[in-house]
This record gives sequence, C-alpha cells and structure tokens, in this order.
Amino acid sequence: MNPLTRGEGPWQRSWRRFQAQRSARWALGLLGLIVALCLLVPALSPHDYATPSWTHIFRRPSWRDGAWFGTDGLGRDLLVRVMWGCRISLLVGIAASLVSVLIGVAWGTAAGYIGGRTDGLLMRTVDVLYSVPFIPLVIVLEVLFGRNFLLVFVAIGAVSWLDIARIVRGQTMAIRSHSYIEAALALGLRTPAVIWRHVIPNLLGLVIVYATLTVPSVILFEALLSFLGLGVQAPLASLGSLVADGANEMQANPYLLVIPAAFLATIILCLNYLGDALRDALDPRHD
Amino acid sequence: MRCATRSIPAMTEAGPALLEVRGLSVSYRGPRGPVHAVRELDLDLEEHGCLGIVGESGSGKTQLLLALLGLCGPAALLSGSVRYRGEELLGATPARLAALRGRRIAMVFQEPQSALNPYLSIAQQLSEGARHHLKLSRRAALSRAAELLELVQISAPLARLRQYPHELSGGMRQRVTIAMALMCEPEILLLDEPTTALDVTIQAQVLEVLSSIRGSTGVAAIFVSHDFGALAAMAERLTVMYAGRAVEAGAIEQLYTAPLHPYTSGLLRSLPRLDLPLPERLAAIPGQPPDLAELPPGCAFAPRCPLVHSACQARPALLRRQPDQQVACHCALPAPRIAEAWS
Repeated sequence: MNPLTRGEGPWQRSWRRFQAQRSARWALGLLGLIVALCLLVPALSPHDYATPSWTHIFRRPSWRDGAWFGTDGLGRDLLVRVMWGCRISLLVGIAASLVSVLIGVAWGTAAGYIGGRTDGLLMRTVDVLYSVPFIPLVIVLEVLFGRNFLLVFVAIGAVSWLDIARIVRGQTMAIRSHSYIEAALALGLRTPAVIWRHVIPNLLGLVIVYATLTVPSVILFEALLSFLGLGVQAPLASLGSLVADGANEMQANPYLLVIPAAFLATIILCLNYLGDALRDALDPRHD
Repeated sequence: MRCATRSIPAMTEAGPALLEVRGLSVSYRGPRGPVHAVRELDLDLEEHGCLGIVGESGSGKTQLLLALLGLCGPAALLSGSVRYRGEELLGATPARLAALRGRRIAMVFQEPQSALNPYLSIAQQLSEGARHHLKLSRRAALSRAAELLELVQISAPLARLRQYPHELSGGMRQRVTIAMALMCEPEILLLDEPTTALDVTIQAQVLEVLSSIRGSTGVAAIFVSHDFGALAAMAERLTVMYAGRAVEAGAIEQLYTAPLHPYTSGLLRSLPRLDLPLPERLAAIPGQPPDLAELPPGCAFAPRCPLVHSACQARPALLRRQPDQQVACHCALPAPRIAEAWS
C-alpha cells in the first residue's frame, strides 16, 4: 500500500499488533465464549438459579438428565448457577475496575499535572489509604450498611484505584515533560483542554492494560469476600460463593467445587493473557 | 546567506512597538538559592522584524521565550516588563495570555520528535489552534491546514493530513510544527532553535521555509539559536546572551564583522571556516559555562576571558559603543585587538 495514503494511527497499529498475537486471540475468543454463554444459558435454560428442587439433590453431571453440570445440595441446576456466577463475577470485576480507573485517572492526572503541594497532598492521601486494612474495613461497612451487593462494588473499586492513581501520576509527569504539552499551551489551549486532548490519550494505553489486569484481581478479591461469606447474598451466586459451597461438599461431590473453580481459573487466566497481550500491543517502544 | 525578506519595509508608525522587553528577569528557587535564568534583558522587536538571540546551552534562551508567553510555570519568579503593542504581559490574567498565545504570539519548539502528540493525526494537531482561536469549522480548519502544509513546502498535503507524527521524517515534523504555529496568522513567531535537532541538509530546507514564510506572511520573529549561520540567514538584529544577560546587541552585520565583546569574538572564532584550510584543532572558548546559581559578582564571562583585568570585578553595563552596537564589557578595545587576544 502507498505509505502516503495509509495514515495508520497509534490505535490502529496497536490493534494490528494485538491481533498478531496468538495467545491474545485465544484469550479473547475464550472470554467471548464465556460471556456469550453466561448471557444465553440462564435465558434459555428451563431452570433458574434460585428455586430448590427436593427431588433432584446432588445429581452428578450427565447428558441424559439435562443437568449437564449436575445439581447442588438444594437441587438447583449447577450450569445455570455457574453461569450466573460468571455474570456476577465479571460484572463486579468490570464495574469495580471502571470505578477504580475513573477515580485513579482523575486523581493521578491531577497530582502529576499540577505537581507541587497539590501533588504531595493527593499522593499522601493515597499512601494513607494504602495502609487501611481492607478486609476488616469491608466487614465494618457491611455491618454498618447491611449486606448490599452494591457495597461490594464500591468497596473494591474504592481501594483498587490506588495503584492506578500512582501509575497514572508517574506517567502524567513523564508526558508533561514532552514539548507537545508546552506546544499546546503555547497554542493558547487552557489546562483542562490540554489534559483532555493531550494527556489523557497518551495515558490511555497504559490505563487499558492496567484496567485489564485489575479486572481479574477484583474478581479474585470478590471471590475471596464471597468465600468468607461477605460477598453476594444467597441465593444469588458468584464464582467465589459457588467455590465456597463446593468446598463444603468436595469429598462427596467434587464436581461442585471443580466446575466453578475451573470457570474462575479460566476467566482469570484469559484476562491475564489479554492484559499481557495488550501491554505488548500498546507498548510504544515497539515502534 | 543574506535573506530576501529584508526587502520588506519597516512600518513607520508612531504606535507602540510590536514587542518591547525591558529589564526582564526570570529566576527559579533552587536548593542553593535562586537560579537566575534571565537577567535584566532588554529586547525590541519591530513589525516584520527578525531578532536573533545567540548563546550557549543554558544561557537562558528558552526561558526567555517561555517568559514572553507566560509559560515559565508557577515556580518561576518574573520581573521587568514585556509589552505587546503597549500591553503589559507580565502579570496579565491567564485568560488574556491564553487568548494571545497561538493567536498573536506563536512558538516553534526545538525538538520536532516530542513537539507533536503521537496520538493525534496531523490534521487534528494543525486544526486545534485554529478551531480554538478562530472558531473555524472542522472543514474550514482542514482546508486552512492543507494550505499551510503547502506553505511549508510539504508535498501531497491532503494525504499528509491523515498521517500521524511517527510516519513523518524529522524535517517534515518540524515543518508541521511551523505550520501549526502559523495557523492563526500570528504577528510574532518565537523560534526556539528550530533547526538544532535536524540534519544539516534538512536545516537548510527548514531555514529556507522559514525565510520564505517571513517573506510571504510578514510575521515578525525572535529566532533563538546557537548556529551563527542560521541566524545570519534569518535575523537582522542580534543579541548575544551569556549567563542570562545580554552581553552584546546590535545589527547583525556589525556583530559579525566587528564583535566588541570577547565572548562574541570567541564564538565567531570557534566557527569552522570553509574558506580557510582546516586547523588542526577547532578553536574553542576554554572553561565551562557558569553555574547560574553561583554567578560571580562581576562580569560572568571573566573566568573564561582572555582580556580579564581588575575592572572585571564589577559588572559592566550594556553601553552603546557604536551607533548600532551595545556591549557590556570593560575592555573597550577595538574588534581586531579582541580577536588577537584569542589567538
């Protein structure tokens, strides 16, 4: 192709490099499949996640019964419950990561761009929040506000932004030293416009990578909370609470532990691979 | 080398000067006391004129340009006066300064590598200022951008507009930044070593573009460089800076043929001459540029000066020694004697 007419921007280039990686295609495909399944299966299945069935307790996974993943101790279809678990876990992971990206980017750009005393104040706040023991805090919050699903989002999001804020601050300081920032100011743009048009786009690659790697850590954290009984309220299930339920039955009915754990592990693995592939694809040093 | 743009007649209006700098000082608080980047500098830029500023790295040239735009940052302490058409810019409101930047006074930066945002297409970067200041529509801004790319002699401007900075060569990027500065038809162009980061042949192209632009648009310019050849091609008047102060100023021919400050004389002597056989060693000014945080009380150049004597303990004032030449030096010797002192 004539290089004059191509005009391949940094985003197109990153996308091309992303697609060139086999692990990235696999991770994205598998993740897409899981997302499709967890959207479709609960809608198509005759079973729901909540209704107990006293005649179908502890059915082993089999094709003929129609209970492909078997049933649990209350006779609920494990396939539907696992798919609901995936939904909840992914939802928590994505929503909490979004919250943390929004707070982290705003906080980090402000600190890195303004610098000086503001920077000191903002980053010391982050240091203080880092030192708050998190699990006791969530327990206290749940005691105060009751077992609220939304609280899990907010609590996780409110803490995982700390890393992003630190990384974004450092990167903003690096970007600020480039002369295109000075050039934009010399062009008469005001600070908010400079941040929006020139700082944020240059941060985005890093933030995307970091957010992709935050999703699995949030999912694992939610699994931990659910495993401790602090997560989603029964009968709703997340992968963490399913693993916790399964762990109680693991001697008699190991499939109750293995299946949700396998889904949890697959999702985490795919997201980690995706994050790595994005990091490679968005790395400016690959030019 | 002399540029064709000098044929533009200087406007003889009685109104205030285009840009008048009086006693401008820029300093920063450092760990060992204040660092004076620019000290008590006077500059006058006429309508359509081109003022050259020459000096070593760290002599305050870039800080001076940033100070003119009010871009020195909150850590800088500025004093003196910068008047644009009589309007004081030091202490002007941020909104007023932002309205002038890019619109009336535009700047071209030294490094074309980092002066363009890698995530925006050339079209986006070029149209940004025009859409902001002139409220042009997207389409109008694009056609103006294409026009300017043509003006800076970039071929196939429409195709270039769709490209991104990494797809352009260094010289082309620098011409794009020049086009960017010219988008809103500014009256003053601040050029911060626009050719320093480029290959020699590309430098010549960029200089050619710059002087043809000055010819066609009549934009006045302050051209900062440490390249005497580039300055000779562009500037009419020259100010030589050393350690943040002007040590010599005047008409460029005067300074080139009869420099009256030992520093100017030394700088000119250190240029390799193409018309003479190459010496075994290139001439250089011995010593290091001074530390701006610990300047000697007297003449800052004294420690490196071949003509240093007891009077240099006191700081020399910038005095008129020829009709069009001001010098800050105690020695008061004619130019050939100063040149002799170097050899």
